[in-house]
Amino acid sequence: MRSCLVVDDSRVIRKVARRILEDLGYEISEAADGMEALAWCRAAMPDAILLDWNMPVMTGIEFLRRLRTEPGGEAPVVIFCTVENDLAHINEALDAGANEYIMKPFDGDIISLKFAEAGL
Amino acid sequence: MTAEEVALVVALCRARAGLKLAPDKTYLMESRLGPVARRESFDSVSDLLAAVRGRRDEALIWAVVEAVASGETAFFRDRTPFQAFREELIPQLARARGGHPIRVWSAACATGQEVYSLAMLAEEMAAEDPSLRIELAASDLSAKALERAQGGLYNQFEVQRGLPIRLLARYFENNDDQWRIAEAIRKRVRWRRINLVAGLTAIGRFDVVFCRHVLGHMTEEAQVKVLAELTQVIPEDGYLVLGQNEAVAGVGEAFRPVVGRPGLFRRNPDYRAAAA
Repeated sequence: MRSCLVVDDSRVIRKVARRILEDLGYEISEAADGMEALAWCRAAMPDAILLDWNMPVMTGIEFLRRLRTEPGGEAPVVIFCTVENDLAHINEALDAGANEYIMKPFDGDIISLKFAEAGL
Repeated sequence: MTAEEVALVVALCRARAGLKLAPDKTYLMESRLGPVARRESFDSVSDLLAAVRGRRDEALIWAVVEAVASGETAFFRDRTPFQAFREELIPQLARARGGHPIRVWSAACATGQEVYSLAMLAEEMAAEDPSLRIELAASDLSAKALERAQGGLYNQFEVQRGLPIRLLARYFENNDDQWRIAEAIRKRVRWRRINLVAGLTAIGRFDVVFCRHVLGHMTEEAQVKVLAELTQVIPEDGYLVLGQNEAVAGVGEAFRPVVGRPGLFRRNPDYRAAAA
């Protein structure tokens, strides 16, 4: 079973994303900020990461830059999922090594299409 | 809607656009015709249809047919036809045509996502091979849809259905949650209003015709007629692309499926002899 780490400081968003991704056949773990996510990844690198941008402690973009320098950190497919919906943010994310990008609000269709787009 | 109103809409769509509309699709008819009634300042769909019946006003009749005929679309819908287009169809046709342009037609382009997907691929391929010449045309029955398509403006939901983020970043500009496709991509496409059942003799030759999720909604008679005319549009080494799993009567007469490529067809070389 493929694994996906859902990183978002909103418990509601994590719950919604978990339900959608479990239906797509993923085993889900959750983190509430970038630092927690990094700890998860050091323990067990997931196949995919659904990543919010604005979070306390460590933002999504800081987490992504750190992740890509970690051993094995190149491997996970990272999909941003954020209210930041402008080209500057999208380009910054792609430059930092994001594979796909979802602009909130999202639904099940968008998640499943974007995961397919990212080759999952 | 009354049974008479439903019968009127079914008959109009059949006569004008060859559409086969099941009379039990009243929900679809009402949801499509509600906005037309409001736009044309009628109090209800019933009032709109009474006017259609009473006045026989061509513009009003077409507004009804176009609204009911409009279909779903998305960027890179079904994915695989676009992959085949880029990796197989275009390289093969480019070899066959030498330096001559490859002509591609999106034959029911709706709000433009299909033809713009092809245009972005054409742009990417031209960057790799500047000698490659691809000409894109798009048509639809609906003047309203064509107007939207030409504007190239999409909302945040539309640009997240099928469009890879790298292509969004490369070819779109955003203004809040509205996204406009780049001028360079828009300029690649020529637009025309074409009713597929009204005759295709004057439209010229196209090497690849995307005609997806259209014929499947037509009467068998209309399907056979359009397919027969498409054999005059598509050369023997060209391609017809239908929707995946789209059931089209008589497609096996005029065209032959490409094995292992669902939705992809080539001309049946024996067809012309059989028809003559």
